[in-house]
Amino acid sequence: MTVQPAAEPILRIDHVTKRFGGLVAVDDVTFDVKRGEIFALIGPNGAGKTTLFNGITGIFPPTTGRVVFQGGEITGSPPHRVAALGIARTFQNIRLFEYMSSLDNVRLGQHCRMHAKLWDSLFKTPAERAEEKRVTDNAIELLKFVGIEKYTHVYARNLPYGSQRRLEIARALATSPALLLLDEPAAGFTPQEKVELMSLVHKIIERGITVFLIEHDMKVVMGVSRRIVVLDHGEKIAEGTPEQVRNDQRVIEAYLGKQH
Amino acid sequence: MTSLRQFWQSGPRRDPNTVAYIVLLVVAISFPILATVATGGQGEVMINVAADAGVYVLLAVGLNVVIGFAGLLDLGYAAFFAIGAYTYAFLASDHGRVTPLGEPIHLPFWIVLFIAMFVAASFGVILGAPTLRLRGDYLAIVTLGFGEIVPRIFKNASVWTSGVNGISALDIPALPLWLQGPWSGDPFAIVPDFKIISPLAYYVIMVLLLIISVVLVRNLHRSRLGRAWMAVREDEVAAAAMGVNTVAVKLLAFSIGAAFSGFAGTFYAAKLSLVSSENFGFSVSITIIVMIVLGGMGNIPGVITGALLIYGVIFILLPQMPEYATGFANSVGLSGLTHPSGDFPGIGEFISRLKFLIFGFILVVVMLVRPQGLLPSRQREQELQKGIAHEDTVIEDVTAEVGG
Repeated sequence: MTVQPAAEPILRIDHVTKRFGGLVAVDDVTFDVKRGEIFALIGPNGAGKTTLFNGITGIFPPTTGRVVFQGGEITGSPPHRVAALGIARTFQNIRLFEYMSSLDNVRLGQHCRMHAKLWDSLFKTPAERAEEKRVTDNAIELLKFVGIEKYTHVYARNLPYGSQRRLEIARALATSPALLLLDEPAAGFTPQEKVELMSLVHKIIERGITVFLIEHDMKVVMGVSRRIVVLDHGEKIAEGTPEQVRNDQRVIEAYLGKQH
Repeated sequence: MTSLRQFWQSGPRRDPNTVAYIVLLVVAISFPILATVATGGQGEVMINVAADAGVYVLLAVGLNVVIGFAGLLDLGYAAFFAIGAYTYAFLASDHGRVTPLGEPIHLPFWIVLFIAMFVAASFGVILGAPTLRLRGDYLAIVTLGFGEIVPRIFKNASVWTSGVNGISALDIPALPLWLQGPWSGDPFAIVPDFKIISPLAYYVIMVLLLIISVVLVRNLHRSRLGRAWMAVREDEVAAAAMGVNTVAVKLLAFSIGAAFSGFAGTFYAAKLSLVSSENFGFSVSITIIVMIVLGGMGNIPGVITGALLIYGVIFILLPQMPEYATGFANSVGLSGLTHPSGDFPGIGEFISRLKFLIFGFILVVVMLVRPQGLLPSRQREQELQKGIAHEDTVIEDVTAEVGG
């Protein structure tokens, strides 16, 4: 890979804490994601990884702390504004629009990049038609990019499982993000599918999009990302290169349990 | 050979609605002719009924935007209908004279149509803005309350609305200019300020309003906004994460629905030349919902068909059923049944008492036979097949767990 991470972080998580009542799901976590890198967040089940994603994207705003994206604070912004600013995400348990075709799912992803107003839609103005055409072409291009163009007109729910994950990535890419959050993109995949997915992630990086992924399979993460943060019980217990993380005593304990 | 069913199910791309639209349009155009021919020139009554039915079709098309497209259960839709009707009553009658205003207002029907749309849509925004943040069930209750409050206000604010008496003698819609000639049985002449009184004229206006409405709603459905509505209906969190401002999008659906209702209300008031708070009760809201569900929620031709059918059953079939039953009893030689004897009130009265039981029975049977509606949208049809998904899709995500 030739993409050189720039010095300025694209995303800064600054002392973020999320409490649900008495439960501290994310506890004072701080780290940076650099522009152009593949950054991974790992940790055992219930470590607070998805909660952190929800905090970044505004679904459940953090209790305290700041989220800074491209120099601007986005803490507590509603999800649609976060998406418009350039953060797209996928969901751990796939959340496609099941009764919309793959094409419509991806076209919907471009919603926040479209300009048609109520008036344009009501009267199908030439500008609206042109925009629809552009959006459709772009959607087909994205479906090709993730390799599921043969399902263009199939309802999302009727796609095979692996293609649904790919469709979710295509839908996220449709929002023209600067930062793509992937929440366990390889969950339920066979080893072969995992390899294919990782090559897709590299293709995404080549488009100039920073990828921040959650994965709980250590092997997958080690193969793809340069920098890793490890969460356990809501706390950051390690940060560094795959080698550093792999040899970190606390990480080993978190995954395998303490040695006595 | 591709059967019709296969064609229908072949994917979301082909649009069987085109056929439905053509059929509906042909029916709409040929109906006045058929009615006139069938009754030997006395078709005015039927055309009049059809124009009234059009009001309900318009309401159903509007509510379909709210319920069918955006998935918001609005149980108080009749409130906006009332607002539209009363807007016309205030702005186009002598009624202003007896209110504290002291001056009658006479605005032309065509202008009030748009004012009423705007007023109803504004009320939609006022009601929707605080409530659309709530999830489905709460919205249903809030709208239910609104639907009860609005007619009550019109009933009790008698200084302004004449209370239970309602407002009568509303202006008759007029065209600024009309060319009369042999087609209306008159000599050629240009008539200024032509009053619209014939049922056929109302019918034509209604059909035109409907065509415009359907085209606009269809455009909306196939646009950026229509997709956003579908997405919000299916998964609000995912839609928001993809950049859809869910509150704004729902609010827009709600107020567009309200605008339609206001539109229909104006036409209704102008045609009846009377508004009364009694005409906008909860049963009106429910009737429109029944029309949508039975016709095929989310699919415009389905909703139109459902509205026509339910209107026919409620306002034509049920009221005439006692008469039919009496006639039938007489013709098969059971004329003894037509007279009261003991506890039996006579067949006509008996059927008349069973009217709503029969209506309920019809609804239950239709929904059991066609739960997806008469002409369903593809999405709806798919949803009802949820259990029998494509075999590829039922792979379980073995590693899925809560949190992470």
